[in-house]
Amino acid sequence: MADTQTGIGAAVRRKEDARFITGAGRYTDDIDQAGQAYAVFLRSPHARATIGGIDRAAALQVSGVAAVYTGADLVADGIGDLPCGWLVKSKDGSDMIQPPHPPLAVDRVNYVGEPYGVVIADTLQAARDGAEAVVTDFNELPAVVDVATADQADQIHEPVPNNQCYDWELGDSAATDAAFAAADHVASLDIVNNRLIPNAMEPRAAVGDYDAASGVYTLYTTSQNPHLERLVLAAFVQVAPESRLRVVSPDVGGGFGSKIFVYAEETAVIWAAGKLRRPIKWRAERSESFLADAHGRDHVTKAELALSADGTFLGLRVNTIANMGAYLSTFASSVPTYLYGTLMAGQYKTPAIHVGVRALFTNTAPVDAYRGAGRPEATYVVERLVETAARELSMDPSEIRRRNFIQPDDFPYETPVALTYDTGDYEASLDKALQHADYQGFSARRAASEANGNRRGIGFSSYIEACGLAPSQVALSLGAGVGLFESAEVRVNVTGSVTVITGSHSHGQGHETTFAQVVSDQLGISIDDVEVVHGDTGRSDYGLGTYGSRSIAVGGSALTRATEKIVAKGKKIVAHNFETTDDNIDFEDGVFSERESNRSMTFAEVAFASYVPANFPLDELEPGLSEKAFYDPGNFTYPAGTHVCEVEIDGETGVPTIMAFVAVDDFGHVINPMIVEGQVHGGLCQGIGQALLEHGVYDEAGQLVTGSYMDYCMPRADDVPSFTVDTTVTPCTHNPLGVKGCGEAGAIGATAAVMNAVTDALGVKSLAMPATSETIWKALGSAG
Amino acid sequence: MYQFNYRKASSVEQAADLRANADDGVYLAGGMTLIPTLKQRLAAPSDVIDVGGLDDLGGLDVGATVRIGALTTHADVAASSEVRNALAALSDLAEGIGDAHVRNRGTIGGSVANSDPAADYPAAVVALGATVHTNRRSIAGVDFFRDLFETALEEGEIITSVEFPIPARAAYAKFPNPASRYAIVGVMVAEVDGTVCVGVTGAGPCAFRSAELEAALAGGLSVAALDGVSIPSGNFNSDLHASAEYRAHLVVVMARRAVAQLA
Amino acid sequence: MEVTLSVNGTSHTLDVPDNALLVEVLRERLGLTGTHVGCDTSQCGACVVHMDGRAVKSCTVLAGQADGADVTTIEGIGTADELHPMQEAFRECHALQCGFCTPGMIMAAIDLVQTNGNLDEQAVRDGLEGNLCRCTGYHNIVRAVLAARDNM
Repeated sequence: MADTQTGIGAAVRRKEDARFITGAGRYTDDIDQAGQAYAVFLRSPHARATIGGIDRAAALQVSGVAAVYTGADLVADGIGDLPCGWLVKSKDGSDMIQPPHPPLAVDRVNYVGEPYGVVIADTLQAARDGAEAVVTDFNELPAVVDVATADQADQIHEPVPNNQCYDWELGDSAATDAAFAAADHVASLDIVNNRLIPNAMEPRAAVGDYDAASGVYTLYTTSQNPHLERLVLAAFVQVAPESRLRVVSPDVGGGFGSKIFVYAEETAVIWAAGKLRRPIKWRAERSESFLADAHGRDHVTKAELALSADGTFLGLRVNTIANMGAYLSTFASSVPTYLYGTLMAGQYKTPAIHVGVRALFTNTAPVDAYRGAGRPEATYVVERLVETAARELSMDPSEIRRRNFIQPDDFPYETPVALTYDTGDYEASLDKALQHADYQGFSARRAASEANGNRRGIGFSSYIEACGLAPSQVALSLGAGVGLFESAEVRVNVTGSVTVITGSHSHGQGHETTFAQVVSDQLGISIDDVEVVHGDTGRSDYGLGTYGSRSIAVGGSALTRATEKIVAKGKKIVAHNFETTDDNIDFEDGVFSERESNRSMTFAEVAFASYVPANFPLDELEPGLSEKAFYDPGNFTYPAGTHVCEVEIDGETGVPTIMAFVAVDDFGHVINPMIVEGQVHGGLCQGIGQALLEHGVYDEAGQLVTGSYMDYCMPRADDVPSFTVDTTVTPCTHNPLGVKGCGEAGAIGATAAVMNAVTDALGVKSLAMPATSETIWKALGSAG
Repeated sequence: MYQFNYRKASSVEQAADLRANADDGVYLAGGMTLIPTLKQRLAAPSDVIDVGGLDDLGGLDVGATVRIGALTTHADVAASSEVRNALAALSDLAEGIGDAHVRNRGTIGGSVANSDPAADYPAAVVALGATVHTNRRSIAGVDFFRDLFETALEEGEIITSVEFPIPARAAYAKFPNPASRYAIVGVMVAEVDGTVCVGVTGAGPCAFRSAELEAALAGGLSVAALDGVSIPSGNFNSDLHASAEYRAHLVVVMARRAVAQLA
Repeated sequence: MEVTLSVNGTSHTLDVPDNALLVEVLRERLGLTGTHVGCDTSQCGACVVHMDGRAVKSCTVLAGQADGADVTTIEGIGTADELHPMQEAFRECHALQCGFCTPGMIMAAIDLVQTNGNLDEQAVRDGLEGNLCRCTGYHNIVRAVLAARDNM
């Protein structure tokens, strides 16, 4: 029976937790294969250098070392480059320039930590000793580190003049210029969106295995999307054809984008497993993660908002330089363009918008999607500007937003930056947020703080995001290299239990619970009878994995389509049994019943009947009850909300403390409110981390200064408050569940809210992120 | 880690012998600094001599002074009601070192011997005029810390205990590094035998007493006495987390907060 | 060298390299992979176990130092059918997402509750500073520890 305790909308406790809280989770590093060897990568100590030669003789003498491979060995074996999956065109129509990206560098290295070889040995100790024994002749070159001036620096890649990957634009430049010409006021900001290092708690890992008998390669790895991993390794890198390559992502300890990408390490590991005919294991040390996981954000932006005297937005002009790092990571090109420029309308009816983005290469780790991917950067630009404009026009920051919001009857609303929002009610979220934040009482709280010699500020962020990635037709027309649909299979077993196989991937999101809720609700069966399988190309047809808050909106929709097919087939079976037609059969709460009779069959009875096909008219009705669906969304989904942050600043030290944080989000219908709240909490913490704590810093020579938790400031329990989280609901209009996606919202909205609060407290226009205590202390001095 | 010989010492004398006979030996107490250093292959000792099991280096003795055995963990110092009754500033200091797990393993002897510029205990050692007892001699706390990771200890010398006089009043205030949680600055203000002493850690290459702050407070331990006081930042540490100038400012602020606790 | 440890109530005598870490012994020799390694600078807390009753970072303890010790790991505090109150609270409060920090977090939280009489929210937050979580924003972890405090 459909159960209100476990169905859609219920705060079901997670099925997967049973293994995680008892230590029975199975992560890649927990997997060992008989006879496995260990890999340690040779990594560049220099930000930019040519490689004169690599002497591996001494390493091969180290006891236990089985092989030392270099980039040249992979090239000689026909191993291809790591591709970027999204082709962005410059505004002059030319294609972006994609420099060669061999998995292991061949004759030059371009960032500290770039792998250029791998040592494989019987033990990890021997592999490390071997790696130290390799003598590499580097000829160091000046590093290009500062992205703001990278176009005038030394050329990093031979085919990339001015280090420019592309010069992209979106929107109507002339209309935007006209809007600025007619404006009463222009608010402008120079913004640096600080580089972040993702730091999923599980470091990346890979175990490669080659079965000589079958010729099948099996790669266990920490991937958010194992099918994409397989596709790239098969089609581009050409390790093995897809039919002989199985990629398994077992339990994965967080991703936040950093595990979407196909990296050098798993590529080398699976290739070498074939060369040596022996399983090979690699697990990143955290220091390697800092150096060689794709980083996030890193924009330099000039942004201007044109307004009329009454605070109406007339035009927005944004020019951004986006740091790509040394190479194009898997989806790097799309992040500062189609996931950034398209979000510049925010929640507002700004009539004219123009965005220009130049993507430049530097001698730093590649930059790609990190939780929110482009949308936090866009929100930061828009929401910092809006708050700045309100201050400059002496308007209440909530009122200037209200005045410019797209209204509920404006939907569907076509923005000037290529998106069509399907639905929303932005004032509803704003109102609720103001209430939770006790906005009325703020001035009294501020006065109390000031009486103690401290400062207090409040900041808003009314963000929007486009997620549920993505309509394939749109994505492909804009340069995506793959479709972005999702697959689902609902396999009804003989005795009525159900195995659900999804192409989505859970690395913390709780799919084994939410997907089971959806299926149990739709099929009217117990949630305990639904098992969700994910993360194995050997078990699911295909899938695009999990990122871009897409799992429930796209994967859940595919699942719904599959259960619809199950029900339709079930009706046919029942109709056959009752000798009637399927349009006479209803299905509700797990029971198929004949209209205008008292005859019915339970779901389990139908399942059994489907596998005992007595007298089935086989030309019309196949035995079995198993259905697949591929769902391609008609549009993005548009979660939106308002976040309010209140900070107090220690007047003596500059230390900021978040006194309260309110997030009111519209995710459409919610499958499991407990899980949704958890996603918001985590996102908020990362957004707060960007604002106050986190910063990936390279020095002038291109050495990573923040290469460990000693220096990269991760949010800890005592850095953040308990959050006040609430929702409003406008159901998504174009997917069957009316869901929007919640995984990134916290990280998208929070950063601007925090910085608006900090700058409000200080009475300064802008402040660099992270707003460390010293940064704030200096601002306290300059603000008097 | 590189390979090394792990040797568990059964007595201080045996530990010293093992060290003397090793090519390049190091002592291991709690290991909270040494083991991470070994793991990152930043050190390659031939022998790691574990003194952690030596009972005669443990324990706490609170009487006319507070004498803390070198192997006493930060957690044990923090949890000791005797220490809290006699010298609460030291309990507070110990309670703020590292995190809970570090405090369960890290020892006062290891901390002091390492002379990490950002460690907490050194502020107390210099401010209170502690005595560092070793297997060879006793060293005045104020002479103990020489420079960055450099102490008065001779090759092979083992700290056996650290003995703190009980001050009339003392308080410790710390400004932690937001990433590592070590001290960006830590200041202990104490009144010992009628003299105001201010010990500072985190700011310079090693812990030191601040003449400027002591002069300012000589007339009386009041927050107001520090109004307008600044200290030179010339030789202070400067890094990603705090410039020398900011550290100098924080030293004064932390001194004010320590003094405020004494009121 | 030879070390003898009692792990989750079972005594093991093992021949290990001199530079073996406790976490390596637990994971690689005893197959107790619930204890995780999340960093190499002794800060993330994913590897926290109890040694002689106190929470320690097993990545920062040499096997030799643990010789003769009583070690409890996440696998030793409860079973799926009979969870420790802290495990139960983590599940009930949705205090975990990816699960990677969870074993260390639970072991740290148990020690925190056992050694602190009156824990409030701030004390829990301060007490967990040695354990990093990237998923939960700590909100539900704090709720779970406070809930377990009342049931332990």
